[in-house]
Amino acid sequence: MSNPKQARSSYYESSARARIAGLLEPDSFHEWLPAAERVTSPHLATLEQPAAFDDGVIIGRGRIAGKNIFIAAQEGGFMGGAVGEVHGAKLAGVLERAVRDHPAAVLLLLETGGVRLQEANAGLIAVSEVMRAILAARAAGVTVIVAIGGQYGCFGGMGIAARCASAIIMSEEGRLGLSGPEVIETARGVEEYDSRDRALVWRTVGGKHRYLLGECDVIVPDSIAAFRQAVTACIDNGDDWSLAALEREHQMLAERVQRFGACKDGRDIWRELGWADPDAIAMLDNDEFVAAAHGHRAKNI
Amino acid sequence: MEWKSVVEKIFPDGHEVEQTGNLIRGYGRCGPHTAAVIGTTDHTDVGVELALAMAAAVINVIRDHPARPIVFLVDTSGQRLRHRDELLGLNGYMAHLAKCVEMARRRGHPIISLVYEQALSGGFLANGMMADVCAALPEAEIRVMGLAAMARVTRIGEERLTELSKSSPVFAPGAKNYLLMGGLDALWEGDLSLCLSAVLKNIDNTDHRRSLGYERGGRMLAYPVVQRVLASA
Amino acid sequence: MTIENLKYRFDNGTTTRGVTAIVGVLGSGNLEVLVEPAALGGACEIEVKTAANGFGAIWHAVMKDFFARHRVGDIRVSVNDAGATPAIVSLRLDQAIETYLAQGRTKK
Repeated sequence: MSNPKQARSSYYESSARARIAGLLEPDSFHEWLPAAERVTSPHLATLEQPAAFDDGVIIGRGRIAGKNIFIAAQEGGFMGGAVGEVHGAKLAGVLERAVRDHPAAVLLLLETGGVRLQEANAGLIAVSEVMRAILAARAAGVTVIVAIGGQYGCFGGMGIAARCASAIIMSEEGRLGLSGPEVIETARGVEEYDSRDRALVWRTVGGKHRYLLGECDVIVPDSIAAFRQAVTACIDNGDDWSLAALEREHQMLAERVQRFGACKDGRDIWRELGWADPDAIAMLDNDEFVAAAHGHRAKNI
Repeated sequence: MEWKSVVEKIFPDGHEVEQTGNLIRGYGRCGPHTAAVIGTTDHTDVGVELALAMAAAVINVIRDHPARPIVFLVDTSGQRLRHRDELLGLNGYMAHLAKCVEMARRRGHPIISLVYEQALSGGFLANGMMADVCAALPEAEIRVMGLAAMARVTRIGEERLTELSKSSPVFAPGAKNYLLMGGLDALWEGDLSLCLSAVLKNIDNTDHRRSLGYERGGRMLAYPVVQRVLASA
Repeated sequence: MTIENLKYRFDNGTTTRGVTAIVGVLGSGNLEVLVEPAALGGACEIEVKTAANGFGAIWHAVMKDFFARHRVGDIRVSVNDAGATPAIVSLRLDQAIETYLAQGRTKK
């Protein structure tokens, strides 16, 4: 049971706090280092930049489907969800606490462009600490679930961190990658990657492509309720942190390079996966898409 | 420094390391230890193939040589900035490599990395920064972004950034800054084989970077923030 | 860019039970507002940190109106602003105080 008004609403349009409120059971959220404690970034203050009370990430514990979980939500609206020293330490803290306390799962609502340049070194080390903490939690038997469906997508080092988790849930609107389109366009020119071509960007890093490739495990419509349902299912599925699972993933990634390495566009990959009309994929609603993807998806392990 | 000279200096008791493309791999002997060597060279960027090849090398060590230490030799200009690699999910390949390193750690392989030339942003996250102990040669270059580019993106003047970088290690390029922040365990100077054997004597699989950064005065918030999260109700 | 720091105090508000509330996001053209209970002898203290400089007079007018609308005392209002318009500021302040009071009512 959750707040029905918030649960029906768009995940994409919601703030990080609204996502938490809509996903968790009512009044079950207990925040750690809340805004009133003013654990802000001193580095932004040094650079005369506005600093948010929570440094752009909200962390705490709560309940979902009767299970006690830990949760962290990045606020894309503040500096594009970029990871600085405090922000990164809050994320790592949640995960390290999970190693100690063994919640039913850790849920990471990621929305970020990656490292915050104003504190780039601290941010890069923090992302690395988050990666190690995600894997330490998994090694300790804690399922780590990532949700991606916000405006800013999930990029940079946090795009790597996301794939360190047990499972990723995306909406069609979600985007996941390493270097964002603007970064590649700046480095190699518009002929390499036109960041303003929204359809091209969607075919490269969008939720449907990531689902077909096996880079995300579940795809859901853009509603907080749909994300909640998927999170519940992922908690029940648990995790497989084993050498055998890693070897299967290795096989999948090796096959992907062999099969699709020469493809120039998402459409080429989808055609290779057996979609007769790749351009129709964008038009399918989530249920139709998931049904049609059955057997036409490079299956995840 | 050339990777071959680095390998000579770390493994004076013998080594067999080969280069294929931009990947280097093999093993070396340092006193009583035999260590696996996996690395990259020529300031290469890391795309899907290279990340996968490094992951394969790690998996092979796990399978064939239980508990053998792994030494990563880091020289990379960062993740490959190509549409094609993004299309294939480069972040997933990088994460796979990171997971393989973690699996090796959990199965008792000590993990050491040495930045012998350069380490830039995303290319560094999946191997070098996953190590139990990450070291660098003093002349190595480590950064996310140069100050000129950073000034453009953040719209803060380059002069201002340069001025601030004299008193703060938090954003400016340089191995010394990473040392202060705990991102690097040490700068390796002098006899590199002694550096490695000293590390192998004391290695453990806990992430100490936050407390190092706090002790060294370069990263004063990360450690107490995590402690506060752990102590919260 | 510099950050301007503005402080206001309004006396003789009504003490009303509430629970710490935060609304809004510190994004471009937006702001975040934190309202906390504070023993201030019936006063409402407001602190604004804004990236848009030189609008002190407008902030004062907006805050005066805000206090006149709600007359809530014994609260501390903290604002981080990234260049929001006065209309947005008023809206967020109202949301913040309503959230503060609503949570105060439902709390057992």
